[in-house]
Amino acid sequence: MSTHVDGSPCRLADLTPDSLRNTVVRKEKLSPVLTLLEINAPLIARSARAGQFVMVWSGEHSERIPLTLSDWNADKGTITIIFQEVGRGTMELGRFDIGQDIPSISGPLGHPTEIENYGTAVVIGGGVGTAIARPVALAMKNAGNHVITIIGAREKSLIILEDEMRAIADEQFITTDDGSYGRKGLVTDALKDIMDAQKVNIVVAIGPLPMMRFVAKTTEPYGVKTIVSLDPIMIDGTGMCGGCRVTVGGKTMFTCVDGPDFDAHQVDWDELKSRKAFYFDEEKAARESLTAGGAK
Amino acid sequence: MAKGGPRNSMPQQDAAARAKNFDEVALGYSEATALDEAERCLNCKTKPCVQGCPVNIDIPAFVDLMKQKDFAGAANVIKKTNSLPAICGRVCPQENQCEKFCVLGKKGDAVAVGRLERFAADWQAANSNGSKASFKPEHSELANYKVAVVGSGPAGLTVAGDLAKIGYTVTIFEALHKTGGVLRYGIPEFRLPRTILDREVEYVKSLGVTIFTDIIVGRTFKVEDLLEQGFDAVFVGSGAGAPKMLGIPGENLSGIYSGNEWLTRINLMRAHRREYATPIRMPKHVCVVGAGNTAMDCTRTALRVGAEKVTIVYRRGREEMPARGEEIENAEHEGVVFKLLTNPVKFIGDEKGAVKGMECLQMELGEPDASGRRRPVAVQGSEFEIECDTVIVALGQNPNPLIRTTTDGLTCQSWGGICINEETGMTSIPGVFAGGDAVTGEATVISAMGAGKVAAAGIDGYIREKHGIS
Repeated sequence: MSTHVDGSPCRLADLTPDSLRNTVVRKEKLSPVLTLLEINAPLIARSARAGQFVMVWSGEHSERIPLTLSDWNADKGTITIIFQEVGRGTMELGRFDIGQDIPSISGPLGHPTEIENYGTAVVIGGGVGTAIARPVALAMKNAGNHVITIIGAREKSLIILEDEMRAIADEQFITTDDGSYGRKGLVTDALKDIMDAQKVNIVVAIGPLPMMRFVAKTTEPYGVKTIVSLDPIMIDGTGMCGGCRVTVGGKTMFTCVDGPDFDAHQVDWDELKSRKAFYFDEEKAARESLTAGGAK
Repeated sequence: MAKGGPRNSMPQQDAAARAKNFDEVALGYSEATALDEAERCLNCKTKPCVQGCPVNIDIPAFVDLMKQKDFAGAANVIKKTNSLPAICGRVCPQENQCEKFCVLGKKGDAVAVGRLERFAADWQAANSNGSKASFKPEHSELANYKVAVVGSGPAGLTVAGDLAKIGYTVTIFEALHKTGGVLRYGIPEFRLPRTILDREVEYVKSLGVTIFTDIIVGRTFKVEDLLEQGFDAVFVGSGAGAPKMLGIPGENLSGIYSGNEWLTRINLMRAHRREYATPIRMPKHVCVVGAGNTAMDCTRTALRVGAEKVTIVYRRGREEMPARGEEIENAEHEGVVFKLLTNPVKFIGDEKGAVKGMECLQMELGEPDASGRRRPVAVQGSEFEIECDTVIVALGQNPNPLIRTTTDGLTCQSWGGICINEETGMTSIPGVFAGGDAVTGEATVISAMGAGKVAAAGIDGYIREKHGIS
């Protein structure tokens, strides 16, 4: 890409199509199902903040999918996404190799996570959600918080970024459902112990819907402000379609432009769950057809 | 027949057949029909039709060339002031514009100006051997001035085309991964085939316009960044991108879509086609709430996807429906049912949280309201249920908030529309112009193009004055 000598991307009036190619510059398999891609995206890297996402489209027949940023580097002009290859969109994305261009990435979208010095902040990453929790933990640390991190997963191989999170955190806890690593149990078990032992000012939880929901349930009796990052079905990601509607505090919100962070105690979790599951059969068929060679 | 005879009708695909495919409904005039229709034009010296055209096409001039079989010449006359003739010929509500002022319309049928425009544009595209006007810019010095256009919809394409024709260097930034804005995600291909849209976008690019997709102005960078980083002026044509919902209980049940979501899934993401990954549930009974043009597009798209039954649910009466008469007729012929004077008050869900019906109230018409239409009033105790597995709420849209909320100093209406000087298109920020649905809320393609023309002239004037160019 064309850059100034200081490494910053060229002026907007001098942009060229080449400077905006979303070329993969690094690819790592973090586990059999978890993939990391670092991608050239200088304009997004310049504007990105913790908690924001990008919309990714892998080609003519693909869906647009939202992925929250795991990292970004304005100097290098790159962004990093970590994703679990569970649906057709993420499986297609996982097929891109170093040197290849991803057809469409746009962002950064959504409001950044509200970062301030709350005092003690617990940042929870569940499974691949840890990838998104890391920049939030870092921003919380940089804002002066005492940062406690909890990483949870079903089993050991799904624990990611342990060292990177530990480097940020003042304290770190790890839980696995099956006890294959860290404490046997759920992130909420560790969270409860922390809240029993000390004053916690804010909890940020990012992970699968059931985990975020149970974190909300766990913190509610303690009256601790709890923020979750929602990932409903989206299409455009810019507020145009309302497919990502979610009820928060009795009001309809568009996750893409009003979120993706919301007050966990106000979210209508049942509604979110059913909206996310609506295309279960169609998504399964699309996934299977990809492995079988194309059509849905 | 020609002079004095009735207007030539538009050949269409058979209603039963077309309701099951996405091919274009209106088939276009043959050359003979086009010539015959052109002959009907009286070539009035006062050109009353032109006053009805938001983009000032010299209609009698192009129709006159058509009479002489100079179809390329006719297309070039149109393209002088309109960069998107094949689109306008298809989607403009001509009955409220040029054709409304046609002298023949006073006693009989107006000249079918839109159909002639379409014929000329399509003829030129099909016979393009060196016959296109080149629009060589007269002021090469203007190439030093750069204009950024936000959005590649009808307003943005018009601004870009007009400014490129007089020599400016123009860059369009489009938020989605494909160009065209509402022309692609909103208007179904059976009204505007993708090949036509692609061709018109290519034409604007051939004038020297660069288009970057995947750039969300307001998020990827801000409007002010454009002015600080080398652009001399910015046009905001970001469209109406925030769907209005009903705000009644149960509206977030699964299976309830905004018109935009429904159309985007199908028109942009092609969810109805096997090889495309974006999902759509095969609907049985689709209820579309609203009766505007978008609502009609939703109903007709639902039929083509395979819905067994499609019903328009509208709280006013037939006379009050805001859609074009032609679109209402098309929907009706294809089998759409109209449930009028019916107002949904609540959605009913199944055990999985998916919509299975809606509770409605019967309405009756009372006194005229502020819009001049008779106000619908609920009939007490008239609650009844309609069973359906898909609901599309097509009540129109508000402007997208992304630019409004991220641009310091941009004055907007309380409902979100960007405020502009009507004569120049300039906003409260010097050098920043706006037009189309971002200013007016959801309107028509042609009104957005008209606003684009005004803004293009405004931008030209602004840059010339600022830099002392005559």
